[in-house]
Amino acid sequence: MRSNRHQSIRRNGFSNRPGWLLSLLAVLLVFGVTPVFADMGMGGAEQRIAPIGRVHIEGQDFVPVADSVASGAEEPEQIAAPRTSRKDYPNIGVSSRAVVWILAQLHLFFGALVLAVPLFVLVIELVGVTTGDERYDSMAHEFMKISLTGFSITAIFGGSLALALFLLYPDFMGYMMHVFGAQWLVYAGLFFLESFFLYTYYYGWNAMRYGNLKWVHLSLGLLLNGAGMTIMVISNSWATFMMAPSGVNEVGVVVGNIWEVMKGPLWNPINLHRFIANIGFGGAVVGAYAAYKFLSTKDMEKRAHYDWMGYTSNFIAILAFLPLPFAGYWLMAEIYAYSQQMGITAMGGILAWLFIVQAVLIGTILLAGNYYLWAGMSRTEGSKRYKPFIGFIAFVLVVCFLTWVTPHTLILSASEIAQLGGSHHHILGPLGIMPAKNIAVNLMLVVTFLSFQLYRRSDKVATVTWAPIGNALMVAIYVVAIVNIIFLGVYYGYFTNTVYKVGSSVAQVSSTLVVIIAGIVIDSLMFKNAKTLPSHWGRIPDRAQYALFALPIAFTWLMGLMGYVRSSVKTHWHVYTVMKDNSPDNFIPTIGYAGNMITIVTVLFLLFVLFMFWVASLSGTKQAKPETVTEGGVA
Amino acid sequence: MTIFFKTIGFSIGLALVFTLVTQLLPQVEGEAPVETKVDLGSLTMDDFVAMGEDLFMNKGTCTLCHKPPPIGRAPDIQGMDMVSTSSERLADERYQGESKDAAGYILESMIDPSKFVAVGWGKKGSNDTVSPMPAVDKAPIQLSAMEMDAIIAYLQAKDGNEVTVSLPSPEAAAEVAAAAPAAGGVAPAPATTAEEALGKYACSSCHAMDSEDALVGPGLATVGARLSEAEIRQSIVDPAAVITEGFPPAMPADFAEKMTVKELEMIVQHLAEKK
Repeated sequence: MRSNRHQSIRRNGFSNRPGWLLSLLAVLLVFGVTPVFADMGMGGAEQRIAPIGRVHIEGQDFVPVADSVASGAEEPEQIAAPRTSRKDYPNIGVSSRAVVWILAQLHLFFGALVLAVPLFVLVIELVGVTTGDERYDSMAHEFMKISLTGFSITAIFGGSLALALFLLYPDFMGYMMHVFGAQWLVYAGLFFLESFFLYTYYYGWNAMRYGNLKWVHLSLGLLLNGAGMTIMVISNSWATFMMAPSGVNEVGVVVGNIWEVMKGPLWNPINLHRFIANIGFGGAVVGAYAAYKFLSTKDMEKRAHYDWMGYTSNFIAILAFLPLPFAGYWLMAEIYAYSQQMGITAMGGILAWLFIVQAVLIGTILLAGNYYLWAGMSRTEGSKRYKPFIGFIAFVLVVCFLTWVTPHTLILSASEIAQLGGSHHHILGPLGIMPAKNIAVNLMLVVTFLSFQLYRRSDKVATVTWAPIGNALMVAIYVVAIVNIIFLGVYYGYFTNTVYKVGSSVAQVSSTLVVIIAGIVIDSLMFKNAKTLPSHWGRIPDRAQYALFALPIAFTWLMGLMGYVRSSVKTHWHVYTVMKDNSPDNFIPTIGYAGNMITIVTVLFLLFVLFMFWVASLSGTKQAKPETVTEGGVA
Repeated sequence: MTIFFKTIGFSIGLALVFTLVTQLLPQVEGEAPVETKVDLGSLTMDDFVAMGEDLFMNKGTCTLCHKPPPIGRAPDIQGMDMVSTSSERLADERYQGESKDAAGYILESMIDPSKFVAVGWGKKGSNDTVSPMPAVDKAPIQLSAMEMDAIIAYLQAKDGNEVTVSLPSPEAAAEVAAAAPAAGGVAPAPATTAEEALGKYACSSCHAMDSEDALVGPGLATVGARLSEAEIRQSIVDPAAVITEGFPPAMPADFAEKMTVKELEMIVQHLAEKK
């Protein structure tokens, strides 16, 4: 039996020794860590902290803890969160918060990038395998090459951030170390694991390009993503613990095991939100690379390649961006459910103004994404049919954008209030509250999907007999969804009790999702075996490439802005309600200050990304051998 | 190289546009609350009322939710006469508390807001039985007893009503200061005996321990004869699993998170011996 199996493996091409060794090492690494953690006490949390929420009552395996009581086992030492005073924070002459802000944000930007790129690279590689089109494989490899330097930069900023935190916030970090215990070692171990999979995945690309070795390569990619995602969710648990602590009592004593500490109410919403946002962000950054390469060359073949690469990146970025507001709704709903006070601080207190900036940023992303698609239609001759729709889409986008940026209240002088007739504008005032914003954002998403759909259809002619019915059905779905979104927003937003406002937004979101899902399903069925019209990659105006630069800048800025709100909702707490922040920076800075900080980190990120791109292009450059070389130099 | 400078210029220019937008918006800084020292010797009732108003607007964060419609997320307390509103609510059959007057009702609403939830303002799905308002004597707001009294004084005085709370005495202030460390630093010590644990979790406030008299919950004098150890344990950890006939499902469901195993087992053993 063993012999047959061995032969079968050999026939399938798995006899490659490095492949076996890698797999074996991976298995050892994955399973080897479990007993180590048990030794560290991670498996024995019940004994250490004895939370009775863990006691199994009804099942057969209940272990009575009375024995431990009877044997006189002592309660573990209960360590509350430290109470700090101003002198517990080292003064280095510049704002400690600003230092940590810059380092944390840069670490997060690069972390997001290097976690996201392997995700869609794996999907693109898989598409290449299933379609047999090697262009996908080459593009996936190129994407990895671009982001490879990013891993080192992420680690450098991660190390610098940790150092800064331990130096500038020693008590806070001491408490976090105490709460999360041996999890920090798991985190460090995962970095080794991720590096191992990263380098084998990237450098093994050509060595494992065909046959069954390709599947080994894809598995390495999967393990790389598994390690990366685990790193992300672990670090998310630290951030969510600071916002909504769980597994500790009211003074910060750990009363739950590590899982209870991690599994706070905001953990999963942030996991989902970051997962989706990272993909959009990663797509936008590599899109900028493609745009730069496109603009830098006159070679039509290269322009065609980078045009296609830019299109794919934009596709990834916008597709990931479309469901992001829904993940945001979930996160905000959980924040409100955890603490209404925290929710209002974010949405209705002094931080409310930043949502105007958010509207500007999201408007920029959607306008840039749509503009790129419209410009890209010039690649195909069949796009002329859809030109009239572009005006309609642009009109809806602009009106919705203006609605979104309309504030509800303004800080006005007495004479201005008298002139306006109140603190709210009598016509524009109703546009300042959430129902109007909900209508605007949903319509923007619906018409952006329409742009996508038209673009996807522009080089195809449906050949199925039911095409007219399919089109009519699609139009009907759009009309009903748009009417529904407006009706729900207006009726439940302005004419019924406040309670229904939030509830109606769920139905609005559902309408948007119905359009997206129905559009994907109908188009996939209707354009199966469709007639394909000629498409000319590289035939796109240069100015469209600037839309691909606008996307990562707006994405980066948006992530910085959302980081500001996520951290600020904790107000003057390191760990909300558990550990107060008594440092000189324990206040929420003004939006102008935050704007300056975000631009600083965005420009720094841009410079590091350019370095990353330069290194990627450098690796493919070979210096020509000088014709004559003399001793001491080139003649 | 031209392309390089064009793209860099475009990207930095766009980032600066976003910065400009933030500069055009109102610049408000969110200050951390500052603990103010009050000279209790020279405090007048007017000062106390003013102190209550300041707490209501700032440290108490009351105005985050208690705003006029349509933007408020809780009743507009500043727009209501809370003394007459309290009388109506005390007479309401939905009222669950034990207060007899306006001052007591307002204090109760701050410490345990679910005792009475105004129609339409309850937590979603609770049918207006659970309030979304945080207890103001706990973190993150953490008002002292004296500060809550000041807010009551403000809410009574703002509509011309008589202020019924007393000015804090120096002794009361000292007591408040002594009770304050709950803010952090010292964890509540685990109980060492069953009686201590029963006291710590205030079991006797709802259950008669030495008789079968029904208070909020059934008497526990002979609970060991009625229930097995496992059933007693379950009743504490998951009180909604089996509810004794004729009693409301009022027992807190969070003892599993608060008690240590040792405390639970001491209580279970103690109750199981009551036969």
